[in-house]
Amino acid sequence: MGTLIEEIFARKAGRPVQAGEILLLDVDYIMSHDNTTPLAIKAFRDIGKPILDKNRIVLHFDHAYPAPNVLAAENHKKIIDFVKEQGLPHLLHQGVCHQVMIEEGFITPGAIVIGADSHSNTYGAMGAFGTGLGSTEIGVAWVTGKCWFKVPETIRVELSGQAQAGVYAKDVMIHIAGLLGMDGGTYRSVEFGGEYIDNLPMHERIVFPNMSTEIGAKCGLIAADEVTIQYLENETPAKGPFEMIQPVNPRYERVIEIDVSTLVPQVSCHPDVDNVKPLSQVEGLEVNEVYIGTCTNARYEDIEIVANMLKGKKVHPFTRVIVTPASERIYKKAMQNGLIEILMDAGCTVTGSGCGACIGRHGGILAAGERALTTMNRNFIGRMGSPLSEIYLASPATAAATALTGRITDPRGYL
Amino acid sequence: MAKAWTFGENMNTDEIIPGRYNITIDPLELAKNVFCEVKPEYAKTVQPGDVIVGGQNFGCGSSREHAPIAIKGSQAKCIIAPSFARIFFRNCINIGLPILECPAAVADITEGDDVDVDLASGQIFNRTNGHQYQASALPDFVLKIAEAGGIVNFLKTHDIQDLMT
Ligand code: SF4
Repeated sequence: MGTLIEEIFARKAGRPVQAGEILLLDVDYIMSHDNTTPLAIKAFRDIGKPILDKNRIVLHFDHAYPAPNVLAAENHKKIIDFVKEQGLPHLLHQGVCHQVMIEEGFITPGAIVIGADSHSNTYGAMGAFGTGLGSTEIGVAWVTGKCWFKVPETIRVELSGQAQAGVYAKDVMIHIAGLLGMDGGTYRSVEFGGEYIDNLPMHERIVFPNMSTEIGAKCGLIAADEVTIQYLENETPAKGPFEMIQPVNPRYERVIEIDVSTLVPQVSCHPDVDNVKPLSQVEGLEVNEVYIGTCTNARYEDIEIVANMLKGKKVHPFTRVIVTPASERIYKKAMQNGLIEILMDAGCTVTGSGCGACIGRHGGILAAGERALTTMNRNFIGRMGSPLSEIYLASPATAAATALTGRITDPRGYL
Repeated sequence: MAKAWTFGENMNTDEIIPGRYNITIDPLELAKNVFCEVKPEYAKTVQPGDVIVGGQNFGCGSSREHAPIAIKGSQAKCIIAPSFARIFFRNCINIGLPILECPAAVADITEGDDVDVDLASGQIFNRTNGHQYQASALPDFVLKIAEAGGIVNFLKTHDIQDLMT
Protein backbone atom coordinates (compact mmCIF):
# COMPACT_ATOMS: atom_id res chain seq x y z
CA MET A 1 0.00 0.00 0.00
CA GLY A 2 1.58 3.25 -0.97
CA THR A 3 2.86 5.75 -3.47
CA LEU A 4 4.99 4.53 -6.35
CA ILE A 5 8.21 5.20 -4.46
CA GLU A 6 6.90 3.40 -1.36
CA GLU A 7 5.94 0.42 -3.55
CA ILE A 8 9.34 0.36 -5.29
CA PHE A 9 11.25 0.60 -2.01
CA ALA A 10 8.95 -2.00 -0.38
CA ARG A 11 9.92 -4.56 -3.06
CA LYS A 12 13.59 -4.05 -2.23
CA ALA A 13 13.15 -3.91 1.53
CA GLY A 14 10.95 -7.01 1.49
CA ARG A 15 8.33 -5.33 3.66
CA PRO A 16 5.92 -2.39 3.50
CA VAL A 17 7.59 1.00 3.96
CA GLN A 18 6.30 4.50 4.63
CA ALA A 19 7.46 8.02 3.89
CA GLY A 20 9.86 9.24 6.59
CA GLU A 21 11.56 5.88 7.24
CA ILE A 22 15.27 5.49 6.62
CA LEU A 23 16.26 2.36 4.68
CA LEU A 24 19.57 0.80 3.79
CA LEU A 25 18.95 -0.79 0.39
CA ASP A 26 20.85 -2.90 -2.11
CA VAL A 27 21.47 -0.97 -5.31
CA ASP A 28 21.26 -2.64 -8.72
CA TYR A 29 23.62 -0.33 -10.60
CA ILE A 30 26.05 2.38 -9.60
CA MET A 31 26.68 4.97 -12.33
CA SER A 32 29.36 7.62 -12.60
CA HIS A 33 31.04 9.55 -15.41
CA ASP A 34 34.35 11.16 -16.34
CA ASN A 35 33.59 14.21 -14.22
CA THR A 36 32.60 12.36 -11.03
CA THR A 37 34.48 9.04 -11.16
CA PRO A 38 37.90 10.41 -10.11
CA LEU A 39 36.46 11.49 -6.73
CA ALA A 40 34.72 8.12 -6.34
CA ILE A 41 38.07 6.42 -6.90
CA LYS A 42 39.56 8.61 -4.21
CA ALA A 43 36.80 7.69 -1.72
CA PHE A 44 37.20 4.02 -2.67
CA ARG A 45 40.96 4.13 -2.01
CA ASP A 46 40.46 5.98 1.28
CA ILE A 47 38.00 3.35 2.51
CA GLY A 48 40.55 0.67 1.63
CA LYS A 49 38.13 -2.24 1.15
CA PRO A 50 37.50 -4.28 -2.05
CA ILE A 51 34.72 -3.79 -4.62
CA LEU A 52 31.69 -5.91 -3.75
CA ASP A 53 30.33 -6.64 -7.25
CA LYS A 54 32.11 -5.32 -10.35
CA ASN A 55 29.15 -6.02 -12.55
CA ARG A 56 27.07 -3.36 -10.81
CA ILE A 57 29.53 -0.56 -11.61
CA VAL A 58 28.86 1.36 -14.83
CA LEU A 59 31.29 4.10 -15.88
CA HIS A 60 30.80 6.58 -18.71
CA PHE A 61 32.89 9.08 -20.61
CA ASP A 62 30.54 11.82 -21.75
CA HIS A 63 31.01 15.12 -19.94
CA ALA A 64 34.30 16.18 -21.45
CA TYR A 65 34.80 13.55 -24.11
CA PRO A 66 36.77 13.36 -26.36
CA ALA A 67 39.06 15.28 -24.01
CA PRO A 68 39.04 19.03 -24.78
CA ASN A 69 42.15 19.73 -22.67
CA VAL A 70 45.01 18.03 -20.87
CA LEU A 71 43.33 17.93 -17.47
CA ALA A 72 40.28 16.15 -18.91
CA ALA A 73 42.60 13.74 -20.70
CA GLU A 74 44.34 12.99 -17.42
CA ASN A 75 40.97 12.27 -15.80
CA HIS A 76 40.14 9.81 -18.56
CA LYS A 77 43.51 8.13 -18.25
CA LYS A 78 43.11 7.82 -14.51
CA ILE A 79 39.72 6.15 -14.98
CA ILE A 80 40.97 3.76 -17.66
CA ASP A 81 43.91 2.78 -15.43
CA PHE A 82 41.44 2.07 -12.63
CA VAL A 83 39.18 0.01 -14.90
CA LYS A 84 42.19 -2.08 -15.95
CA GLU A 85 43.45 -2.46 -12.40
CA GLN A 86 40.07 -3.61 -11.06
CA GLY A 87 38.92 -5.49 -14.17
CA LEU A 88 35.63 -3.57 -14.42
CA PRO A 89 33.34 -4.80 -17.20
CA HIS A 90 31.34 -1.62 -18.01
CA LEU A 91 33.19 1.40 -19.38
CA LEU A 92 31.07 3.15 -21.99
CA HIS A 93 31.68 6.18 -24.18
CA GLN A 94 28.84 6.19 -26.63
CA GLY A 95 26.88 9.19 -25.48
CA VAL A 96 25.28 10.96 -22.52
CA CYS A 97 25.39 8.58 -19.54
CA HIS A 98 21.64 8.60 -18.83
CA GLN A 99 20.67 7.84 -22.41
CA VAL A 100 23.25 5.07 -22.64
CA MET A 101 22.13 3.56 -19.30
CA ILE A 102 18.63 3.21 -20.76
CA GLU A 103 19.76 2.05 -24.23
CA GLU A 104 22.04 -0.60 -22.79
CA GLY A 105 19.25 -2.07 -20.70
CA PHE A 106 20.60 -1.23 -17.24
CA ILE A 107 17.33 0.44 -16.28
CA THR A 108 14.28 -1.74 -15.63
CA PRO A 109 11.07 -1.21 -13.63
CA GLY A 110 11.66 -1.39 -9.88
CA ALA A 111 15.46 -1.18 -10.16
CA ILE A 112 17.40 0.98 -7.70
CA VAL A 113 20.07 2.88 -9.60
CA ILE A 114 22.25 5.58 -8.09
CA GLY A 115 24.40 7.90 -10.13
CA ALA A 116 27.05 10.49 -9.46
CA ASP A 117 25.08 12.90 -11.59
CA SER A 118 22.07 14.95 -10.62
CA HIS A 119 20.04 13.88 -13.65
CA SER A 120 20.09 10.22 -12.60
CA ASN A 121 16.42 10.95 -11.84
CA THR A 122 15.95 10.22 -15.57
CA TYR A 123 15.64 6.48 -14.84
CA GLY A 124 12.24 7.12 -13.26
CA ALA A 125 10.84 7.10 -16.81
CA MET A 126 11.16 3.29 -16.73
CA GLY A 127 9.50 2.99 -13.31
CA ALA A 128 12.94 2.61 -11.71
CA PHE A 129 14.21 4.59 -8.74
CA GLY A 130 17.07 6.73 -10.01
CA THR A 131 18.69 9.45 -7.96
CA GLY A 132 21.79 11.58 -8.03
CA LEU A 133 24.41 11.40 -5.31
CA GLY A 134 27.89 12.72 -4.73
CA SER A 135 30.98 10.79 -5.74
CA THR A 136 31.84 9.73 -2.20
CA GLU A 137 28.62 7.78 -1.87
CA ILE A 138 29.37 6.14 -5.20
CA GLY A 139 32.72 4.93 -3.82
CA VAL A 140 30.89 3.72 -0.71
CA ALA A 141 28.39 1.79 -2.83
CA TRP A 142 31.19 0.14 -4.85
CA VAL A 143 32.40 -1.34 -1.56
CA THR A 144 29.11 -2.03 0.20
CA GLY A 145 26.59 -2.47 -2.64
CA LYS A 146 24.24 -0.41 -0.50
CA CYS A 147 22.99 3.11 0.03
CA TRP A 148 20.77 4.76 2.64
CA PHE A 149 17.57 6.49 1.61
CA LYS A 150 14.91 8.36 3.47
CA VAL A 151 11.60 7.31 1.94
CA PRO A 152 10.32 10.59 0.49
CA GLU A 153 6.86 12.13 0.54
CA THR A 154 5.27 12.28 -2.90
CA ILE A 155 3.88 15.07 -5.01
CA ARG A 156 1.58 13.65 -7.67
CA VAL A 157 1.40 15.57 -10.94
CA GLU A 158 -1.77 14.50 -12.72
CA LEU A 159 -1.72 15.47 -16.38
CA SER A 160 -4.91 15.32 -18.41
CA GLY A 161 -5.92 16.33 -21.91
CA GLN A 162 -4.04 16.27 -25.18
CA ALA A 163 -1.35 18.76 -26.12
CA GLN A 164 -1.86 21.03 -29.15
CA ALA A 165 0.37 20.57 -32.17
CA GLY A 166 3.71 22.29 -31.45
CA VAL A 167 3.46 21.65 -27.69
CA TYR A 168 5.66 18.88 -26.37
CA ALA A 169 6.58 17.17 -23.10
CA LYS A 170 9.31 19.80 -22.71
CA ASP A 171 6.77 22.62 -22.76
CA VAL A 172 4.63 20.82 -20.19
CA MET A 173 7.61 20.13 -17.93
CA ILE A 174 8.87 23.72 -18.17
CA HIS A 175 5.37 24.83 -17.18
CA ILE A 176 5.50 22.48 -14.15
CA ALA A 177 8.92 23.87 -13.16
CA GLY A 178 7.42 27.36 -13.27
CA LEU A 179 4.49 26.28 -11.08
CA LEU A 180 6.48 24.37 -8.46
CA GLY A 181 9.65 26.46 -8.49
CA MET A 182 13.23 25.26 -8.33
CA ASP A 183 12.92 23.99 -4.76
CA GLY A 184 9.28 22.89 -5.05
CA GLY A 185 10.19 19.21 -5.09
CA THR A 186 13.12 19.19 -2.65
CA TYR A 187 13.44 15.87 -0.74
CA ARG A 188 10.29 14.69 -2.58
CA SER A 189 9.37 12.02 -5.08
CA VAL A 190 7.44 13.58 -7.94
CA GLU A 191 5.09 11.09 -9.56
CA PHE A 192 3.87 11.94 -13.06
CA GLY A 193 0.69 10.28 -14.30
CA GLY A 194 -2.72 10.74 -15.87
CA GLU A 195 -4.11 10.21 -19.36
CA TYR A 196 -1.58 12.55 -21.00
CA ILE A 197 1.34 10.48 -19.67
CA ASP A 198 -0.45 7.19 -20.43
CA ASN A 199 -0.61 8.14 -24.11
CA LEU A 200 2.92 9.50 -24.35
CA PRO A 201 5.72 7.58 -26.12
CA MET A 202 8.86 6.82 -24.10
CA HIS A 203 11.12 9.50 -25.66
CA GLU A 204 8.68 12.17 -24.48
CA ARG A 205 8.08 10.60 -21.08
CA ILE A 206 11.79 10.73 -20.27
CA VAL A 207 11.71 14.54 -20.17
CA PHE A 208 9.62 14.58 -16.95
CA PRO A 209 11.82 12.51 -14.60
CA ASN A 210 14.89 14.08 -16.23
CA MET A 211 13.77 17.58 -15.32
CA SER A 212 12.36 16.60 -11.92
CA THR A 213 15.94 17.42 -10.90
CA GLU A 214 15.31 21.05 -11.80
CA ILE A 215 12.65 21.30 -9.08
CA GLY A 216 14.95 19.68 -6.53
CA ALA A 217 13.24 16.28 -6.47
CA LYS A 218 14.89 13.18 -5.07
CA CYS A 219 13.29 11.22 -7.89
CA GLY A 220 10.74 11.69 -10.66
CA LEU A 221 8.70 8.59 -11.41
CA ILE A 222 6.36 7.26 -14.06
CA ALA A 223 4.80 3.86 -13.31
CA ALA A 224 5.80 1.16 -15.79
CA ASP A 225 3.03 0.16 -18.20
CA GLU A 226 2.66 -1.44 -21.64
CA VAL A 227 4.55 1.47 -23.26
CA THR A 228 7.48 0.83 -20.91
CA ILE A 229 7.52 -2.92 -21.52
CA GLN A 230 7.29 -2.48 -25.30
CA TYR A 231 10.13 0.02 -25.22
CA LEU A 232 12.36 -2.21 -23.10
CA GLU A 233 11.67 -5.26 -25.25
CA ASN A 234 12.07 -3.56 -28.63
CA GLU A 235 14.73 -0.92 -27.97
CA THR A 236 16.99 -2.34 -25.28
CA PRO A 237 18.74 -5.62 -24.44
CA ALA A 238 17.06 -5.67 -20.99
CA LYS A 239 15.67 -9.07 -20.12
CA GLY A 240 12.17 -9.48 -18.63
CA PRO A 241 9.88 -10.44 -17.17
CA PHE A 242 9.26 -6.88 -16.06
CA GLU A 243 6.99 -6.04 -13.17
CA MET A 244 4.57 -3.16 -13.63
CA ILE A 245 4.77 -1.66 -10.15
CA GLN A 246 1.89 0.75 -9.52
CA PRO A 247 0.89 3.02 -6.65
CA VAL A 248 -1.62 1.24 -4.41
CA ASN A 249 -4.04 3.40 -2.39
CA PRO A 250 -1.39 6.12 -2.23
CA ARG A 251 -1.36 8.99 0.25
CA TYR A 252 0.09 12.03 -1.51
CA GLU A 253 1.45 15.09 0.20
CA ARG A 254 0.07 17.18 -2.63
CA VAL A 255 -1.68 16.58 -5.96
CA ILE A 256 -1.28 19.01 -8.83
CA GLU A 257 -3.71 18.72 -11.72
CA ILE A 258 -2.90 20.22 -15.09
CA ASP A 259 -4.95 20.10 -18.29
CA VAL A 260 -2.26 20.23 -20.96
CA SER A 261 -4.68 21.03 -23.80
CA THR A 262 -4.63 24.71 -22.83
CA LEU A 263 -0.83 25.01 -22.89
CA VAL A 264 1.11 26.95 -25.51
CA PRO A 265 4.89 26.63 -26.13
CA GLN A 266 6.85 27.60 -22.98
CA VAL A 267 10.32 29.01 -22.39
CA SER A 268 12.47 28.92 -19.22
CA CYS A 269 14.13 32.31 -19.33
CA HIS A 270 17.48 33.50 -18.07
CA PRO A 271 18.62 33.11 -15.31
CA ASP A 272 16.41 30.51 -13.55
CA VAL A 273 14.61 27.40 -14.71
CA ASP A 274 11.46 28.58 -12.92
CA ASN A 275 11.51 31.93 -14.71
CA VAL A 276 8.94 30.49 -17.10
CA LYS A 277 7.00 32.45 -19.70
CA PRO A 278 4.71 31.56 -22.57
CA LEU A 279 6.86 31.86 -25.68
CA SER A 280 4.86 34.84 -26.96
CA GLN A 281 6.30 36.99 -24.15
CA VAL A 282 9.89 36.51 -25.32
CA GLU A 283 9.22 36.06 -29.01
CA GLY A 284 11.66 37.95 -31.22
CA LEU A 285 14.53 37.98 -28.74
CA GLU A 286 17.75 37.60 -30.71
CA VAL A 287 19.86 34.48 -30.12
CA ASN A 288 23.47 33.77 -31.08
CA GLU A 289 23.37 30.03 -30.61
CA VAL A 290 20.77 27.30 -30.83
CA TYR A 291 21.89 24.14 -29.09
CA ILE A 292 20.00 20.90 -29.63
CA GLY A 293 21.47 18.30 -27.34
CA THR A 294 21.67 16.72 -23.84
CA CYS A 295 19.94 14.01 -21.85
CA THR A 296 16.71 16.02 -21.97
CA ASN A 297 16.01 16.43 -25.68
CA ALA A 298 18.49 14.96 -28.17
CA ARG A 299 16.84 11.63 -28.84
CA TYR A 300 16.11 10.38 -32.34
CA GLU A 301 12.57 11.74 -32.38
CA ASP A 302 13.79 15.18 -31.23
CA ILE A 303 16.33 15.29 -34.03
CA GLU A 304 13.64 14.15 -36.46
CA ILE A 305 11.38 17.06 -35.44
CA VAL A 306 14.25 19.48 -36.04
CA ALA A 307 15.22 17.91 -39.38
CA ASN A 308 11.63 17.98 -40.62
CA MET A 309 11.39 21.67 -39.80
CA LEU A 310 14.76 22.57 -41.36
CA LYS A 311 14.45 20.42 -44.48
CA GLY A 312 15.29 22.39 -47.60
CA LYS A 313 15.82 25.59 -45.58
CA LYS A 314 18.82 27.46 -44.19
CA VAL A 315 19.40 28.44 -40.59
CA HIS A 316 19.97 32.12 -39.85
CA PRO A 317 23.49 33.09 -41.00
CA PHE A 318 24.49 34.70 -37.69
CA THR A 319 23.12 31.93 -35.49
CA ARG A 320 25.34 28.98 -34.66
CA VAL A 321 23.10 25.92 -34.70
CA ILE A 322 24.73 22.95 -33.00
CA VAL A 323 23.20 19.48 -32.86
CA THR A 324 24.72 16.94 -30.47
CA PRO A 325 22.87 13.61 -30.63
CA ALA A 326 22.47 12.13 -27.13
CA SER A 327 24.08 8.85 -28.14
CA GLU A 328 25.95 7.20 -30.98
CA ARG A 329 23.06 4.86 -31.56
CA ILE A 330 20.80 7.89 -32.11
CA TYR A 331 23.46 9.53 -34.30
CA LYS A 332 23.76 6.41 -36.44
CA LYS A 333 20.03 6.03 -36.91
CA ALA A 334 19.72 9.72 -37.80
CA MET A 335 22.51 9.27 -40.31
CA GLN A 336 21.01 6.14 -41.85
CA ASN A 337 17.67 7.89 -42.26
CA GLY A 338 19.17 10.98 -43.88
CA LEU A 339 18.49 13.36 -41.00
CA ILE A 340 22.11 14.34 -40.48
CA GLU A 341 22.43 15.30 -44.13
CA ILE A 342 19.31 17.47 -43.88
CA LEU A 343 20.72 19.21 -40.81
CA MET A 344 24.11 19.78 -42.42
CA ASP A 345 22.53 21.10 -45.62
CA ALA A 346 20.53 23.53 -43.50
CA GLY A 347 23.77 24.85 -42.01
CA CYS A 348 23.79 23.05 -38.64
CA THR A 349 27.00 21.86 -37.02
CA VAL A 350 26.59 18.24 -35.95
CA THR A 351 29.01 17.10 -33.23
CA GLY A 352 29.89 13.73 -31.74
CA SER A 353 27.61 12.36 -29.03
CA GLY A 354 27.93 13.30 -25.38
CA CYS A 355 27.10 16.18 -23.06
CA GLY A 356 28.58 18.62 -25.57
CA ALA A 357 27.99 22.28 -24.83
CA CYS A 358 25.78 21.57 -21.81
CA ILE A 359 28.47 22.24 -19.21
CA GLY A 360 30.48 24.90 -20.96
CA ARG A 361 33.69 22.98 -21.54
CA HIS A 362 33.55 22.43 -25.29
CA GLY A 363 31.26 22.05 -28.27
CA GLY A 364 29.58 25.47 -28.27
CA ILE A 365 30.77 27.74 -25.46
CA LEU A 366 29.09 31.15 -25.18
CA ALA A 367 30.89 34.51 -25.19
CA ALA A 368 30.01 37.41 -22.88
CA GLY A 369 26.85 39.11 -24.08
CA GLU A 370 25.65 36.11 -26.07
CA ARG A 371 22.31 34.39 -25.74
CA ALA A 372 21.49 30.74 -26.45
CA LEU A 373 18.21 28.92 -26.87
CA THR A 374 18.68 25.27 -26.09
CA THR A 375 16.89 21.98 -25.50
CA MET A 376 18.84 21.53 -22.24
CA ASN A 377 17.37 21.17 -18.77
CA ARG A 378 19.11 23.95 -16.86
CA ASN A 379 20.04 27.54 -17.46
CA PHE A 380 22.31 28.44 -14.55
CA ILE A 381 24.33 31.59 -15.02
CA GLY A 382 27.57 30.75 -16.80
CA ARG A 383 26.68 27.10 -17.41
CA MET A 384 27.52 27.25 -21.12
CA GLY A 385 30.48 29.60 -20.82
CA SER A 386 30.72 33.27 -19.95
CA PRO A 387 28.86 34.35 -16.80
CA LEU A 388 27.65 37.24 -18.92
CA SER A 389 25.81 34.96 -21.35
CA GLU A 390 22.13 33.96 -21.18
CA ILE A 391 20.44 30.59 -21.61
CA TYR A 392 16.79 30.02 -22.58
CA LEU A 393 15.31 26.52 -22.45
CA ALA A 394 12.66 25.22 -24.84
CA SER A 395 11.50 22.26 -26.92
CA PRO A 396 13.33 20.92 -29.99
CA ALA A 397 10.60 22.39 -32.22
CA THR A 398 11.05 25.85 -30.70
CA ALA A 399 14.80 25.42 -31.15
CA ALA A 400 14.33 24.59 -34.85
CA ALA A 401 12.03 27.56 -35.50
CA THR A 402 14.48 29.81 -33.65
CA ALA A 403 17.37 28.44 -35.71
CA LEU A 404 15.64 29.60 -38.89
CA THR A 405 14.99 33.17 -37.79
CA GLY A 406 17.82 33.82 -35.33
CA ARG A 407 15.17 35.02 -32.88
CA ILE A 408 13.02 33.15 -30.36
CA THR A 409 10.22 31.92 -32.59
CA ASP A 410 6.95 30.05 -32.06
CA PRO A 411 7.28 26.66 -33.78
CA ARG A 412 3.59 26.46 -34.60
CA GLY A 413 4.05 28.52 -37.74
CA TYR A 414 6.76 26.16 -39.04
CA LEU A 415 5.46 22.64 -38.41
CA MET B 1 36.81 36.96 15.07
CA ALA B 2 34.93 34.65 12.72
CA LYS B 3 33.36 36.57 9.91
CA ALA B 4 29.95 35.77 8.39
CA TRP B 5 29.76 35.70 4.60
CA THR B 6 26.18 35.97 3.35
CA PHE B 7 24.75 34.56 0.12
CA GLY B 8 21.33 34.66 -1.53
CA GLU B 9 18.62 32.10 -2.13
CA ASN B 10 18.97 29.11 -4.46
CA MET B 11 22.77 29.38 -4.51
CA ASN B 12 23.57 26.70 -7.08
CA THR B 13 26.65 24.53 -7.47
CA ASP B 14 27.68 26.43 -10.61
CA GLU B 15 27.72 29.64 -8.56
CA ILE B 16 29.66 27.95 -5.79
CA ILE B 17 32.22 26.71 -8.29
CA PRO B 18 31.66 27.02 -12.06
CA GLY B 19 31.90 23.77 -14.01
CA ARG B 20 35.01 24.86 -15.87
CA TYR B 21 37.07 24.75 -12.65
CA ASN B 22 35.93 21.24 -11.68
CA ILE B 23 38.70 19.57 -13.53
CA THR B 24 40.67 19.15 -10.31
CA ILE B 25 39.64 17.55 -7.03
CA ASP B 26 42.28 19.29 -4.93
CA PRO B 27 40.41 21.18 -2.15
CA LEU B 28 42.94 24.03 -2.04
CA GLU B 29 42.93 24.46 -5.83
CA LEU B 30 39.12 24.43 -5.88
CA ALA B 31 39.03 26.90 -2.99
CA LYS B 32 40.89 29.46 -5.12
CA ASN B 33 37.82 29.82 -7.35
CA VAL B 34 35.02 29.24 -4.88
CA PHE B 35 32.18 31.79 -5.34
CA CYS B 36 34.40 33.50 -7.95
CA GLU B 37 31.46 34.96 -9.85
CA VAL B 38 29.05 35.82 -7.05
CA LYS B 39 31.59 37.03 -4.48
CA PRO B 40 35.12 37.21 -5.89
CA GLU B 41 36.54 38.76 -2.71
CA TYR B 42 35.58 35.66 -0.70
CA ALA B 43 38.36 33.38 -1.95
CA LYS B 44 40.95 36.14 -1.51
CA THR B 45 40.16 37.17 2.04
CA VAL B 46 38.33 34.31 3.79
CA GLN B 47 39.95 33.26 7.08
CA PRO B 48 39.90 29.80 8.66
CA GLY B 49 36.83 29.53 10.89
CA ASP B 50 34.70 32.03 8.96
CA VAL B 51 31.07 31.05 8.51
CA ILE B 52 28.94 30.85 5.35
CA VAL B 53 25.38 32.08 5.78
CA GLY B 54 23.22 31.08 2.81
CA GLY B 55 19.63 31.42 1.68
CA GLN B 56 17.07 28.67 1.20
CA ASN B 57 17.80 25.73 -1.12
CA PHE B 58 21.53 26.32 -0.72
CA GLY B 59 23.63 24.10 -3.02
CA CYS B 60 21.00 23.28 -5.62
CA GLY B 61 21.98 22.10 -9.07
CA SER B 62 24.44 19.42 -9.96
CA SER B 63 25.60 16.51 -7.80
CA ARG B 64 29.20 17.66 -7.95
CA GLU B 65 31.06 17.30 -4.68
CA HIS B 66 33.47 19.88 -5.96
CA ALA B 67 31.12 22.50 -4.51
CA PRO B 68 31.21 21.44 -0.83
CA ILE B 69 34.86 20.42 -1.21
CA ALA B 70 35.70 23.91 -2.49
CA ILE B 71 33.97 25.42 0.54
CA LYS B 72 35.69 23.00 2.90
CA GLY B 73 38.99 23.77 1.17
CA SER B 74 38.47 27.47 1.88
CA GLN B 75 38.52 26.49 5.58
CA ALA B 76 35.09 27.88 6.37
CA LYS B 77 33.87 26.34 9.60
CA CYS B 78 30.32 25.52 8.53
CA ILE B 79 27.34 26.57 6.43
CA ILE B 80 24.16 27.96 8.00
CA ALA B 81 21.05 28.13 5.80
CA PRO B 82 17.27 27.85 6.19
CA SER B 83 17.35 24.77 3.93
CA PHE B 84 19.79 22.87 1.74
CA ALA B 85 19.38 21.19 -1.62
CA ARG B 86 19.12 17.43 -1.25
CA ILE B 87 22.32 16.15 -2.84
CA PHE B 88 24.38 19.01 -1.43
CA PHE B 89 23.08 18.16 2.08
CA ARG B 90 24.20 14.52 1.71
CA ASN B 91 27.51 15.55 0.17
CA CYS B 92 28.34 17.88 3.06
CA ILE B 93 27.64 15.14 5.59
CA ASN B 94 29.62 12.63 3.58
CA ILE B 95 32.71 14.81 3.35
CA GLY B 96 32.45 16.12 6.91
CA LEU B 97 31.53 19.77 6.25
CA PRO B 98 29.15 20.83 9.05
CA ILE B 99 25.79 22.26 7.97
CA LEU B 100 23.17 23.86 10.18
CA GLU B 101 19.56 24.57 9.29
CA CYS B 102 18.55 27.76 11.09
CA PRO B 103 16.17 30.27 9.42
CA ALA B 104 16.31 32.64 12.44
CA ALA B 105 20.08 33.02 12.22
CA VAL B 106 19.97 33.58 8.48
CA ALA B 107 17.29 36.27 8.83
CA ASP B 108 19.30 38.16 11.46
CA ILE B 109 22.96 37.84 10.47
CA THR B 110 24.43 40.42 8.11
CA GLU B 111 27.65 40.16 6.16
CA GLY B 112 30.69 40.83 8.30
CA ASP B 113 29.03 39.96 11.63
CA ASP B 114 31.29 38.13 14.08
CA VAL B 115 29.62 34.72 14.41
CA ASP B 116 30.60 31.83 16.65
CA VAL B 117 29.09 28.38 16.25
CA ASP B 118 29.04 25.47 18.67
CA LEU B 119 28.65 22.56 16.31
CA ALA B 120 27.85 19.95 18.96
CA SER B 121 24.86 21.83 20.38
CA GLY B 122 23.82 23.69 17.24
CA GLN B 123 24.03 27.02 19.07
CA ILE B 124 24.97 30.06 17.02
CA PHE B 125 26.17 33.29 18.68
CA ASN B 126 26.23 36.63 16.91
CA ARG B 127 28.89 38.59 18.81
CA THR B 128 28.20 41.71 16.76
CA ASN B 129 24.60 42.21 17.94
CA GLY B 130 24.58 39.84 20.93
CA HIS B 131 21.82 37.60 19.53
CA GLN B 132 21.79 33.84 19.88
CA TYR B 133 20.05 31.25 17.67
CA GLN B 134 19.41 27.53 17.92
CA ALA B 135 19.78 25.39 14.79
CA SER B 136 17.56 22.33 14.39
CA ALA B 137 19.40 19.21 15.52
CA LEU B 138 20.69 16.77 12.92
CA PRO B 139 18.81 13.41 12.86
CA ASP B 140 20.58 10.69 14.92
CA PHE B 141 21.34 8.69 11.84
CA VAL B 142 23.05 11.61 10.14
CA LEU B 143 24.92 12.49 13.36
CA LYS B 144 26.62 9.09 13.31
CA ILE B 145 28.14 9.89 9.93
CA ALA B 146 28.93 13.47 10.88
CA GLU B 147 30.59 12.43 14.15
CA ALA B 148 32.87 9.98 12.34
CA GLY B 149 34.00 12.92 10.20
CA GLY B 150 32.29 11.61 7.08
CA ILE B 151 31.13 8.37 5.57
CA VAL B 152 34.60 7.27 4.41
CA ASN B 153 35.98 7.46 7.95
CA PHE B 154 32.88 5.77 9.27
CA LEU B 155 33.43 2.80 6.98
CA LYS B 156 37.08 2.43 7.97
CA THR B 157 35.98 1.28 11.41
CA HIS B 158 32.39 0.14 10.85
CA ASP B 159 30.25 -1.98 8.61
CA ILE B 160 27.62 -0.05 6.61
CA GLN B 161 24.92 -1.97 8.51
CA ASP B 162 26.05 -0.20 11.70
CA LEU B 163 24.39 2.96 10.39
CA MET B 164 21.03 1.34 11.00
CA THR B 165 21.58 0.01 14.51
S1 SF4 C 1 23.77 16.32 -20.98
FE1 SF4 C 1 24.02 18.01 -19.52
S2 SF4 C 1 22.48 17.65 -17.94
FE2 SF4 C 1 22.69 15.73 -19.09
S3 SF4 C 1 24.21 14.52 -17.97
FE3 SF4 C 1 25.34 15.70 -19.53
S4 SF4 C 1 25.99 17.60 -18.49
FE4 SF4 C 1 24.37 16.66 -17.24
